[in-house]
Parts: sequence; C-alpha cells; structure tokens
Amino acid sequence: MCDSCGCGDSDIVPVAVHERILANNERVARHNREQFHDHQVSVINLMGSPGSGKTAVLEATARMLGPSKRLGVLVGDLATDNDARRVRAAGIVAEAITTGSACHLDADMVHKGLQRIPWRELDTLFIENVGNLVCPAVYDLGQDVNVVALSVTEGEDKPLKYPIIFRKADLVLLTKIDLLKVLPDISIARIQENLSMVMPTPVMIPVSATTGEGIAEWVEWLGRIRQAPPVHVHEAEAHGHAHHHHAHDHTHP
Amino acid sequence: MHEYSIVQAMFDQIEAQAQARHAIAVKRVFVRIGRSAGVDVRLLKTAYDTFRVRTICDDAPLEVDEVPEVWTCPDGHGDIVPGGKLTCETCGRPARMASGDEIILERLELEVP
Repeated sequence: MCDSCGCGDSDIVPVAVHERILANNERVARHNREQFHDHQVSVINLMGSPGSGKTAVLEATARMLGPSKRLGVLVGDLATDNDARRVRAAGIVAEAITTGSACHLDADMVHKGLQRIPWRELDTLFIENVGNLVCPAVYDLGQDVNVVALSVTEGEDKPLKYPIIFRKADLVLLTKIDLLKVLPDISIARIQENLSMVMPTPVMIPVSATTGEGIAEWVEWLGRIRQAPPVHVHEAEAHGHAHHHHAHDHTHP
Repeated sequence: MHEYSIVQAMFDQIEAQAQARHAIAVKRVFVRIGRSAGVDVRLLKTAYDTFRVRTICDDAPLEVDEVPEVWTCPDGHGDIVPGGKLTCETCGRPARMASGDEIILERLELEVP
C-alpha cells in the first residue's frame, strides 16, 4: 500500500531472485546422479547429430563386450522406438524415451525412464540423447560424462558451428572413419585442431562401427571412466551461482 | 527450441515469487543469459511473449542482460585471448570458463497491494 499519501494505490517492489532458471532440472539431475553412484552404475550421456552413428557405436560396443558386461541404454527418440529395438537386438537392455516434439532429454524424463529398465543391475548405462547438437547440451541428466559422436561426413568445422555441445564433451567419438578413404578432403588433424578451439581438454577417439576400428580404445576409455569418473566442477558452481536445495522428496522402491 | 522449456521453468519461478509476496502483477522481468549458454535470446523473447499473454506477466517486459564468454587460466595467468585454443599461453593448462554460460532469473519488479 502507498504509505506516503494514503491513496491506497499498489506499490512496485523490486525483488532480487538470482536463481538459475534450470535449477529444478539440476536438482533432479543431482538426485539421478546420487542414485547412480549409490548403485555403482557408470552413466554416459551420448549426444550427436541425427545420423552421426550413436546407435551404431552402441551396437559395436555390445558386439565387442559380448554378454559379459552389463550394458543398458535409454534411448531418446522423437517418434519411434527403432533405435531401442536395434540395440536390444545387439544384446543390450534398452528402452525408448519417446519425447514427442521435445528436442532434448531432461533429468525428469530420464528419472521416469529409469523405472522401465533394471538399471541397478548394470555396469554402464548409456543415455542416447535426441539427435541434436544444440538443445541437449543445456540439460544435465545426472550422467558421469558427456560423449559427442561426430561423423567424418559432417564436415571439419562442426565443432566451430556448435561450440557449446563440444565444450561440454568429455570425449568426442569421431565416427565412420572407414569412409575417410572416399573423403580425400577431410583431415582428422583439422578436426582435432577445431576441437581444441572449443574444448579446453580435447579428447577424441576415431572409430568405425563397420570395421570395428577404434572400438577397443573406446571400450578401454569406458573402463577408465567406470573406475574413476572425472570430477566435474560444474561451470556455474565455479562462478558461485549455484543454489543447492537438495531434498529427497520421495523414496525409491 | 528448448527456449520454450526454459521460459516454462522461468514462469514457475516467477509465479512462486509472486505468490510468496501476494503480488497482483509482475511489472518487469530481468534475466542474465551467457553468450555461450546455448540460449538464443531472440527465441527466448519470442517464447516469453507467447507465454505471458493473460498471465501475471502480461504487462511485464523481459529485459535480457547478455554476459560475454570469458575463459581464464586456472593458475591466475589471466584471461585467454578469444579465437584461439582454450589453453593458457603461459602455463599450457586447460582454461576455465569464467563467464558466459549463465541462465539466471536475476530480479523482478512486482506490483503488490
């Protein structure tokens, strides 16, 4: 109420909020992450363009590891469960998260998707994100690491065009390298150079799901991640913007 | 087009703030968006303008403070020159992002009775 003249008019008051807009997603992501750690499940957020070879890499991974390792995949797919069926056929536990029109997965979709997969029994859970190089980069899901699949046919300057997703990647899988023999103008060194402009610690493994080249190195990398997941200082936390309101508001069966 | 889902999350926060203070209306919304946060400011404004119709924010313009992307040496050798490798020229260590990834609801102006 206006106190100065008693006219009864309303007042305009400034309110300092200083809250991260995606704080709620980050809270659910932290909850997912704690669950994964409690059950010693290594979680990989696999991102990349549509057609970059994400599903094919998972199939090749399953072929190499065989049934001995307990692998699972949650596949974000706009409209179908085709990718989930493909990896299931390769011997991996897989469920689709059909996102409808959503261009990315968020922590809550993953949390709900977990209820449909026996994730506690897994060694490694892959979350195959929606094929998109923009939106998935913004949403934490609770993963240990981000991996971006980049195929040699996408062009050497892809990292410069989509810097944010590459900046957030712990590893870039350069896929379809068996095609390099028909792409004389594509240079792995130039791709690596471009990655170093957008990734403070560029790490790249060239692979071919068709010939199996590089898959052993990728599997070795996964093993190292499982033993010692990198500690990410969340960029925002490093700037001191984080507001932690952690609460378990439900129990897990 | 995740800008719509960002605006949705922002409205949840604004409504919580407005309710807590029994506000009649929101008069102005201030956000801080990093240039490298993965948010297109133009799309964010379009999404906001679509959402706010007939809500408590109907009269509230969205003010966006864009924060530049800055990378710095973690050992204190200063900022990294933009356009090159993201490592410190002096010590070679991987740079750390100092600003540019913010997606923050900074403040509101509320009309209260």
